[in-house]
Amino acid sequence: MPLDLILEQLLNGVQFSLMLFLLAAGLTLIFGVMDLINLAHGSLYMIGAYLTATFAPHVGFFPAVVLAILGTMLIGGLLEVTIIRRLYARTHLTQVLSTFALMLIANEVVRMIWGAQPIALSAPESLSQPVQLPGFKYSAYRLFIIAAGLGVGAGLYYLVNKTRVGMWLRAGASNREMTRAMGVKIGPLYTLIFALGAGLCALAGALLGPLLSVQVGMGENILILAFVVVVIGGIGSIKGAFIGSLLVGILDTAGRAFLPTWLTALFNPQLAGSFGPALASIAIYVLMAAVLFFKPRGLFPARGTG
Amino acid sequence: MHNFMKLAALTVLLSASALAQNAVKVGFVSTLSGPGSGLGVDARDGFNLALKHLGNKLGGLPVEISFSDDKQDADTARQAVDKAIKRDKVDFLTGIIFSNLLLAVGDTVFDSKTPYISLNAGPSQYAGSGCNAYFYNVAWQNDNLHEAMGKYVNSRKFSDVYILAPNYPAGKDALTGFKRFFKGKITAEVYTKVNQLDFAAEIAQIRAARPKAVYTFQPGGSGINFIKQYAEAGLLKEIPLFLPGFSADADVIKAVGPNMVGIFNTSQWAMELSNPTNAKFVADFKATYGRNPSLYAAQGYDAALLMSEAVKDVKGNLSDGAALRKALENTSFISTHGAFKFNKNHYPVQDIYLRQVAKVGGSIQNRLVGKVFSNHEDAYAKDRKMK
Amino acid sequence: MKRLLPFLLLALGLALPFILTAMGQEYYISFASRVLVVALAASALNLILGYGGLVSFGHAAYFGAGAYTAALLAGKGAGLPAQLLVGTGVAALLAFVFGWAALRTRGVYFIMITLALAQMLYYLAVSSDSLGGEDGLRISRAALWGDLTLGDDRAMYYTALTALTLGLFVIWRVVHSRFGEVVQAARDNETRTAALGYPVRRYQLVNFVIGGALAGLAGVLMTQISGFTNPSLLSWQQSGQFMMMVILGGVGTFWAGLLGTAVLLGLEEYLGEVTERWPLFVGLILLGVMLFAPKGLGSLGTLFGRKKKEVVE
Repeated sequence: MPLDLILEQLLNGVQFSLMLFLLAAGLTLIFGVMDLINLAHGSLYMIGAYLTATFAPHVGFFPAVVLAILGTMLIGGLLEVTIIRRLYARTHLTQVLSTFALMLIANEVVRMIWGAQPIALSAPESLSQPVQLPGFKYSAYRLFIIAAGLGVGAGLYYLVNKTRVGMWLRAGASNREMTRAMGVKIGPLYTLIFALGAGLCALAGALLGPLLSVQVGMGENILILAFVVVVIGGIGSIKGAFIGSLLVGILDTAGRAFLPTWLTALFNPQLAGSFGPALASIAIYVLMAAVLFFKPRGLFPARGTG
Repeated sequence: MHNFMKLAALTVLLSASALAQNAVKVGFVSTLSGPGSGLGVDARDGFNLALKHLGNKLGGLPVEISFSDDKQDADTARQAVDKAIKRDKVDFLTGIIFSNLLLAVGDTVFDSKTPYISLNAGPSQYAGSGCNAYFYNVAWQNDNLHEAMGKYVNSRKFSDVYILAPNYPAGKDALTGFKRFFKGKITAEVYTKVNQLDFAAEIAQIRAARPKAVYTFQPGGSGINFIKQYAEAGLLKEIPLFLPGFSADADVIKAVGPNMVGIFNTSQWAMELSNPTNAKFVADFKATYGRNPSLYAAQGYDAALLMSEAVKDVKGNLSDGAALRKALENTSFISTHGAFKFNKNHYPVQDIYLRQVAKVGGSIQNRLVGKVFSNHEDAYAKDRKMK
Repeated sequence: MKRLLPFLLLALGLALPFILTAMGQEYYISFASRVLVVALAASALNLILGYGGLVSFGHAAYFGAGAYTAALLAGKGAGLPAQLLVGTGVAALLAFVFGWAALRTRGVYFIMITLALAQMLYYLAVSSDSLGGEDGLRISRAALWGDLTLGDDRAMYYTALTALTLGLFVIWRVVHSRFGEVVQAARDNETRTAALGYPVRRYQLVNFVIGGALAGLAGVLMTQISGFTNPSLLSWQQSGQFMMMVILGGVGTFWAGLLGTAVLLGLEEYLGEVTERWPLFVGLILLGVMLFAPKGLGSLGTLFGRKKKEVVE
């Protein structure tokens, strides 16, 4: 296999990873700090994509992304104040069922507003031409997603490790009661974090919208992947989410890119043809099971005690 | 004995007319919620529009229709069908979009001896040795549109074609259908994950393999993902992409936007087909629902027309099952794509067209390019053993 | 009253087909069979989740394993007893392997590893030709007695009722045995139970296997109700639905599985009749229940509530 193809596939893997990271970052923050399992995370992602698609024809792609982030943060904040904050003290199971209910409601509301058919969202004109890299051409828009993912990663790293809010965050993730005892106002902090998570969701939805179908329920399959990333990385850890998404994204892409070729070399093409995709589909779950088997609390557990 | 039979027949006839059915009951089970609901909603809207045009009557009798949502779940579909048969005692069943759901309800329907008018799903299982006297498909056999594209790509003399589909039965059937008529060289035959999100890896492989053309079938959201990413990678201009009609109809065009322009696809129906039925259907669909009709909508429309004709042929006497089935079998009416005719296995014999996505006026839609097949029959009809 | 409840419910269960027939609603007999079978699987999950304190997000794996085993056996001409026996056995074996691997972890990690294992099975079924891929496998209904098959609504209903009754009896016995006491003690305080000298993991594994086996039994019956099996029985959505039912019913209360299943499937059935926007209303009702009765419906009436216990993860 030529080297530039391997490089290109590696880049594809990184790009898919960073797509997942955008979604997983918010999920792991909310999960880690508020101890909330939020199935409605995928719904916020969907809302972000729909808002971007709605604004883009009127104001252009990039302003639409900003508006969608602001809009989704607002929706997220309102959701936190009215419903989500009643769930923090509840068991994980109550949270699961409640946020599942929110997911059903969000899907139906989106369907009422935008209809049952998928809606259009295209990449901006300025990023529509592929860029020449050494050895191969690569999509400018996918490079932009890589940049955005790295930017968000760096921003979050700065926020969590270098700012006061970040200190509360880390404190909250490792010991909630202690943080409260130290006089940090938990209420507004949680609203802020939830809104931040919603904003990250919206960014993910907005940036992935031009590559993926913008439709009702779009958040659900990708949500499972995001959970896999969060758990592999260790709950509450941004670094973990970053490494976790790289592992999942690259493994998944490599599985699809190279497995069929390898299997064809080993078995007959018929068998390889149907066995390959099956193996590629389960690869990430094997990875997660293996990680948890050896490191039962993920790669970078954030919380000191159980 | 002979007299007794006659008497019995007469009694049946009398009681039938005495009960003089005053309504046609239709059970419409389709995917009306969830990610696949766009298709079901289109089919239902098409069906409803036909009813409106027929003055809410089928063959002169008023209609009682019960819609139910199968939630794209096989067991829910089976329950909904069961309910329509047992509780509502419907005269016709229709509506299911997805083949795997249809296969799940088939036995229940056939045991009840209720005619099923399929407006979309056309699995091979019901086309050949397993075809059934109570099953009628008004759309196509699943392979048909793939076959047509195989023939067209073959006629363009492409030497290397890269084909890919998801790794499940419908995906394998799609590529088999394509290869049935494409005689050139297949560069690679690739199976992808079911419900795949990202196709960057596959697209890079395609680019590296330098085929002359690409054919793919990806259902629903995956199809939109693939086309968006293929276009976005700039490949559309380098390696032409060919699709079956249901991967490139109004719903997909609406979701992908201007990037779709130029894509070829095959369908038994097109917006510009000129016949009075289609003209009325297209104009009123746009006026009523504010969007372009898709082939699902056309198929829903045709399903209602077929029922109406059959009811008219038996003069509203629905109690005589054999006569009703005969009427369905021998039906002739002008569908959205011209004169309609069933094959012996109750799948249509029909023309299949080539369309290309283009800018027509202000909107992006399919443009009729030409005809690929005339009076095309599916590959399974010869194995028919009607039960 | 509380002592009488099981017998009242059983009497109601026995009489239901007659009541429905008298009301001219015979169609709902088949729906009721489905509720009973799903309730059996949900109750089995309640044993693992409610009493064992282990949140398994892969319960569909055992349900589906039972279903696929039965369908494969039916294809080879095996009768109902063989299907029940082998289907339950295969599910139990699978639960043993999966449980062994998953029990290394706790809490959220346990949720995710059980999910991962079930997803592997799902993708195997989707892409395997011999399992019918997405189309699944179709079966003809098993014969019961002479010409009577499980294709008959009433025969199916009473078979399902028998299975659920037996299943609930097994769960009752397990929960009230010394074994069950230890499992519940481990749920409430694992460290202390272990300190008392109990091999906690082994107890939990056995409990997990019992739950898996019962889910497998339910899976076998599900193929008989549907006449087919397909990968959606193995999907994470199916696992999620079992979980929703148990949570809705009231985690760790004896009737949670039955109550949650009856209410959730009943709501979907009823609202689905009224409007295609049913998910909106189901969502609103679930949210309402969780906000105002976080311990589930089982906690609402003392009639149903046995003992209220928090699940400690």
